[in-house]
Formats: sequence, C-alpha cells, structure tokens
Amino acid sequence: MNAHRLARIAPATAVLATLVGVWELVTRLAAVPEWLLPSPTVIVLEFADSLPQLAPHTARTLLEAVIGYGAALLLAFVVAALIDQSGLARRALSPLLVTSQTIPIFALAPLLAIWFGFGITPKILIVALACFFPIAVSLAGGLRNADPDMQALVRSMGGNRRQVFSKVKLPAAIPSLLSGMKIAASYSVIAAVIGEWVGASQGLGLYMLRASSSFQTARVFAVIAVIAVLSVALFLAVDVVGRWIAPWIYVRTEEAQT
Amino acid sequence: MPAAGPPVLRLSGVSKAYPASGGPSVQALRDVSLEVGRREFISLVGPSGCGKSTLLGLIAGLDDPSAGSIEIAAGPDGATGEVAFMPQRDLLLPWRSLLDNATLGAEVGGGDRAAARKRARLLLPSFGLEGFADALPHTLSGGMRQRAALLRTVLLDREILLLDEPFGALDALTRAALQEWLLEIWERLEAAVLFVTHDVEEALWLSDRVYVMTRRPGSIHLDLPVGLSRPRTRAVRGTPEFAALKQRLLDALLADTS
Repeated sequence: MNAHRLARIAPATAVLATLVGVWELVTRLAAVPEWLLPSPTVIVLEFADSLPQLAPHTARTLLEAVIGYGAALLLAFVVAALIDQSGLARRALSPLLVTSQTIPIFALAPLLAIWFGFGITPKILIVALACFFPIAVSLAGGLRNADPDMQALVRSMGGNRRQVFSKVKLPAAIPSLLSGMKIAASYSVIAAVIGEWVGASQGLGLYMLRASSSFQTARVFAVIAVIAVLSVALFLAVDVVGRWIAPWIYVRTEEAQT
Repeated sequence: MPAAGPPVLRLSGVSKAYPASGGPSVQALRDVSLEVGRREFISLVGPSGCGKSTLLGLIAGLDDPSAGSIEIAAGPDGATGEVAFMPQRDLLLPWRSLLDNATLGAEVGGGDRAAARKRARLLLPSFGLEGFADALPHTLSGGMRQRAALLRTVLLDREILLLDEPFGALDALTRAALQEWLLEIWERLEAAVLFVTHDVEEALWLSDRVYVMTRRPGSIHLDLPVGLSRPRTRAVRGTPEFAALKQRLLDALLADTS
C-alpha cells in the first residue's frame, strides 16, 4: 500500500523538484535581480522571516474563506432542495443559476466594496458567491440523478416526498455534493484574496499588494505559496470530512479498482 | 395452504396505457383480472416485456391503472404501503447497514424502530444473515443481498408480498437453494405471495396457482391450479404430474410467441 502510494506520487514529485531546481539554477547562474525573480531559497528565507506578520493575515483570510464557504453551502442546500422539490422553482431558478455564471464574480468585488465598505462583509460575500454555484449545481444534479427505483421502493412502503428526499435522494446526492464542495473549497481562498485586493485592513490579499507595490517580490511569492497551501488544505479537509460522513462511496471505488 | 374466504387481492379488468411521444399510446396491459387468496402462493409467468413488472407497480400503488380496479383487502385501493413490494433489483441502500436496510419499512411507516430492529435481529439467522447486521450492502454476496431484500419485504408485515423476479440475477445453484428456502420462510408466514418469474419450473414448484401472461399488451392467458401437495420436496420436480403441468405451461407460453 505504502510502496504503491509512493509509486503514484513519485512522478509528479520528480517533475516538481526538477522545475524548482531549474528555477534555482537559472536565477543563480544568470544573476537575475531579486526584485524581478527571486530564487526558491530566497523565497523560503523570506517566508521564514515574515512568518510573524503572515500568521495574522493568513488567519483573517482563512476566516473569510470559511465563513463565506459555510454561507454558500447553506444557501446552495436551500436552492438545490427547492429546485428538486418544486417544478416551478426549477423553471424559475435553473436558468438564472446558469446565466449568472456569465457574470465574472470577481469583477463584482469593487461593487461590493462600494455597498458594504472595507470590512469583512464584502469578502465573505465574494467567497459565498464564488462557492455557491459549484455546490448548488452538484447537489441539484446529485438529487436529480438519485436512483428512481430506490425512490419508488420507499414510496411503495407508503413513504411521502419528504421521506423519499431524506432517506434516498439526499444520501444518494452526497458523492456529487462532495465533488462540488471540493471545487468550491479550492475557490474559496483565492476569492477572499481578491476581495481583499479591493480594500482591506487585514488579510493575505492586502499583505500581497503591499509587498508587490514595494517590489518585495520574494514576499509576494511567499504569499502565493501560502494561498496555494491553504487551498489544498481546505480541499483535503472536505475530502476527509467526506470519507467520514460517507464511507461507502470510497469503499465502493476502492473495490472497483482491485 | 390457501384458506377459503374472500381474496386478499382482486384485479378486475386492469389496463394500462402509456402515452408515447408523437404516436399512439403504448398499451402495456389489457384487461387483466386475477385473484390472490389468503396465504396463497401465486406465480405470474410470461415472456419478458409482457408487463409483469408494470402490473406489480400498479398493485403497489406506484402508478394508477388506465382502466379497471385493484382491490386490496387490507386497506384503501390505489394507495401505497398496502402491500410489501420487492422489486427486481435488491435496491439495498448502499449507505445503510443490512439491519438499517431491513428496518427501512418501519422507519418510513413511523413504526416502533427499536422493536423493528429487535425483530430483524431475531430473523437474521433464518435468513442466513447472522453476524452481518452491521455489514454494508456492497460487502454481501448476490444471494445474501436478495435474502436481505426479502427480509426487508417480510418485515413490512403485509398480507401480500409482491416479489418481482427475486432470483432472476442469481446463478442456478444459488437460485435453487433460495427457492427451497423461500418455501420454508413462506410456510411460516401469514402472507400471500404474488411471485413474478419467467422460469416455468420455479413457478410450478413454488406455487398454488400459476397465471400465464401473453406478450404485450399483457393479459392473462391461463390460470393453472398446480395441486401438488405441500410441503414440497425437490423430488416433486421429477414426477410425471410435474412434467405434465410444465408441458401445459410451456404450451401456453409458446402458443403466444408463435
């Protein structure tokens, strides 16, 4: 199992290590100025140096991302359930949901700042807007694709709509919901950062802007690395929660692989 | 053994037509009349596509007949929850343990869950499922899954069990073993069985009477009393009486296909 896992991640790790190695070599051999392209070692040193300042900014961005994500999850649940349960709601909301995706959500950030100021609210809203769509669509799709025979079985037992929903549709939609939630998790941090670019008193976006306007390029890279790590961490957190609440999904796919 | 008295289920002139897109409607069932007496074991044989499953769906209340009436002694006509329906696929919910699947009916019907679980546990050994109460469905063999689905059906505690080709997907050996076992179970139950199959021998060996259905639009072609004494042993299958009955059934079925 462990050797197997190692064999699976080894190629990607090798490619990444090679890229970083080439980057290091080129910046050193060609003596690229640090403000233009710092070498990986410089970035790591900068990261260690600025850790005390980075920590509170990271905490703030993470808070915005998590609250916005939670709000998106709640709203997506309500909307997907409505679409599933009511034909009228489906006809009314589905087209809006799809066409709303043509609006670049990040372009709304300045508007939200005008309406809600520079506090935490517009950041939470932008995260919620970015996360809402993938969750709502995946949940609505999962509900729609629940096995009709299983629904009929519960109906044949005298089950009502609410029971068909809670006993069959909702659990059946969990795999699809989880994949939407993973996509949304990877959007959430970057959405918070973009919200902060427009104006903030704290957060990784603000810290990054300050670093770039003073040509502290190594620091910009350090912040980018933190954003990437946070995004991956949230993605994995959803995965772990998924394995915990829906173990049968994973057992089944592992079985299929053997 | 069938007892005298009013039937527990009576179908009179039941027809079912489905609207077809851009054409005349498809007639699935035409003028089907049949009766199931208290504690009778009735089989319904017919070629595939003759509307057997459609008929069971109508009896289960999942759909309404286009014409005719379905009277169920136990309760209001046309309602769900009056009969215990076991669909063709086992339809065990993959996220529920065997025991939770078996007691789904009590949960949906708002019955006493603790009592249902206790009863299910007591029945596990006679269903060959002892020690598997907490197993998830995907860990069970095909035969075990069918037995679990039948346990779920039996635990609904109805006067009529509708079994839709319960052994259709199993290998011949498992199938033979399960047929014997089903007879044992049924002899201890207070319920009538309406058993759908396309296996002539299976129908004869299990049933008090066999209805033969014709190809679409399905209607009743023959009502054959079996009259073999009970309890039946495997040896019955080798007797001349059995062979003669089988010949009559096959004649009726083949007359329809030519």
